[in-house]
Amino acid sequence: MSHDLLEAVIILAQLLLLLAMSFSIIRMLRGPRAQDRVLALDALYVNAMILLLTIGIRSNSLLYVEAGLIIGLLGFAGTVALSKFLMRGQVIE
Amino acid sequence: MNHLDALPPWAAILVAIFVLLGALFAFIGSLGLLRLKNFYQRVHAPTLGTTLGTFFMLAASITCSTVLHARPIYYEILIGVFLTLTTPITLMLLVRAALYRDREEGSLDVPHNRPGE
Repeated sequence: MSHDLLEAVIILAQLLLLLAMSFSIIRMLRGPRAQDRVLALDALYVNAMILLLTIGIRSNSLLYVEAGLIIGLLGFAGTVALSKFLMRGQVIE
Repeated sequence: MNHLDALPPWAAILVAIFVLLGALFAFIGSLGLLRLKNFYQRVHAPTLGTTLGTFFMLAASITCSTVLHARPIYYEILIGVFLTLTTPITLMLLVRAALYRDREEGSLDVPHNRPGE
């Protein structure tokens, strides 16, 4: 019984995370200014990382956690570079 | 579903609660990102998913793999440490950049530069 519950909850969680990612994408497409789009990109990669963790729970593989770690690293670098670009107009001075 | 059947019922229910809470927090954070009016309000919303959402999902992952493999597996904590370190840095840089841009345009919605700054 509890295993059916767990399976249903994981599928529900994945649907919720997909909705969250689509909200971020809508904000990225609509966002009135550039900083809104960068913020939406930040939220998008965090949601993608959480979605990868649920896939990892569902498939009993530890590799997905490492993939999530890499997404976190690259997303951090990307957001910092974009913020720097918004501030100064160039990434590396 | 084959490997999840090996979980004892208490672990299955615990993992289910953690997964549901994590997904709900991430969802609420993105909903706030979509619905709030101002950039400076919208900055606050996704941090709900970044902190609580990620931590509940990491707790679910740690519980599941530790019980299934019958030995402690906790290197998911790395993601938590990393996010805790990097999220304030990115958001402070982003808000600084946004404030700078708004001040450059002479927007009336943001406070002006104080003399000492």
